[in-house]
Amino acid sequence: MEILKPAVAGTLESSDLMVTVEPGENGIELSLTSSVMNQYGRQIKETVLDTLDRLSVKDAKVTVVDKGALDCTIKARVECAVYRSCDQSQKDIDWGGVIR
Amino acid sequence: MIPRPKPERFRLRRTMMFMNAQKPGLIKDAYIYGVDSIMLDLEDAVAENQKDAARFSLYHALKTIDYGDTEVIVRINGLDTPHWEEDIRVCVAGGADGIRIAKCESAQDVKTVEAHVLAAEREFGVEEGRTLLMAALESPKGILNAYEICAASDRMFGVAISGGDFRKCMQTKFSPDGVDMMVARGQMLIAARAAGVQCFDTVFTNLDDEEGYRAEVMQNKAMGFDGKSLINPKQIRLVHELFAPTQKEIIQAEKIVRAYREQSAAGVGVFTVDGKMIDIAFIPGAERTLKLARACGLYEGDLV
Repeated sequence: MEILKPAVAGTLESSDLMVTVEPGENGIELSLTSSVMNQYGRQIKETVLDTLDRLSVKDAKVTVVDKGALDCTIKARVECAVYRSCDQSQKDIDWGGVIR
Repeated sequence: MIPRPKPERFRLRRTMMFMNAQKPGLIKDAYIYGVDSIMLDLEDAVAENQKDAARFSLYHALKTIDYGDTEVIVRINGLDTPHWEEDIRVCVAGGADGIRIAKCESAQDVKTVEAHVLAAEREFGVEEGRTLLMAALESPKGILNAYEICAASDRMFGVAISGGDFRKCMQTKFSPDGVDMMVARGQMLIAARAAGVQCFDTVFTNLDDEEGYRAEVMQNKAMGFDGKSLINPKQIRLVHELFAPTQKEIIQAEKIVRAYREQSAAGVGVFTVDGKMIDIAFIPGAERTLKLARACGLYEGDLV
């Protein structure tokens, strides 16, 4: 998917994260901050990048502010932000296909 | 991926707790409270501009979190919104045990949802008929049509009244003695029993009013409700406590069932237990008491 416009998903509440995606030109530029950076920073980064890869996002500026979210929440927020950037988040989602 | 067992249409549902499907902090450990069913909410708890995000969050929660024996129901948006069709797709794809139809007003509403559920089961390769349904009655029209709603589908396991919306329609407000909803609760209960489905009362919203809450739960039990909708984990214990049969009721039920089996084998139809007349009409009630007692961990005998 191509990031067409800036989009945000998630909140800054505990156990959540806020994901911002913007159009980019040089691959994935990820900026990550987390309240559990020292313990889980690497794993969060991996989950974000895996999810973007699964959605075939090649170029994007991605900003993640994590407040201790589980992997399933990280996936949900990244997916929602990407789908919102393409105006495709409201219906006919490929549950169990690309979204898994 | 957590495969959930096939949902049972009739199971113990004393407590059904609402949780906002958009809030990861709430839904990640909802199974620890010991509630019978959780109700992940896509409707009123989720702001209009977060409906899409709530679905992504719900899908991964359903697929990732092991809710164990806790039943997982999802409240979808009303049929008058642009959201309900995608809500049904995500519920079925994620493997929710059941769907709660908000603002249900007719048998046709149930049939419309059922048709979309069936289509989604086919689309996502889910066993046909797996996804259960229940309806929330929130308007005078819903209450008037309660029986046809309860009987509209083999997937229907129950019906619940939603106090906030109903009182609004009736131009009344919460009253401690329940007189504001007495007729509606009664009509819904009669309809549910006539159709052979379960019946659940509305939420009690004042968390600080413990006395009022106790009174309402006791009235629920006296009226014959199967369970109650809840908004906070601290409300669970009282319902489980009050809905459980007392030791005296359990002993009485045991005596009745045992005596009935002995007497009917000997060709006697009506007899007395502790001075009270007993015939076949008392048996289903006594058996239900024992089943409920077993489910509550209070009975270990072999009569049911």
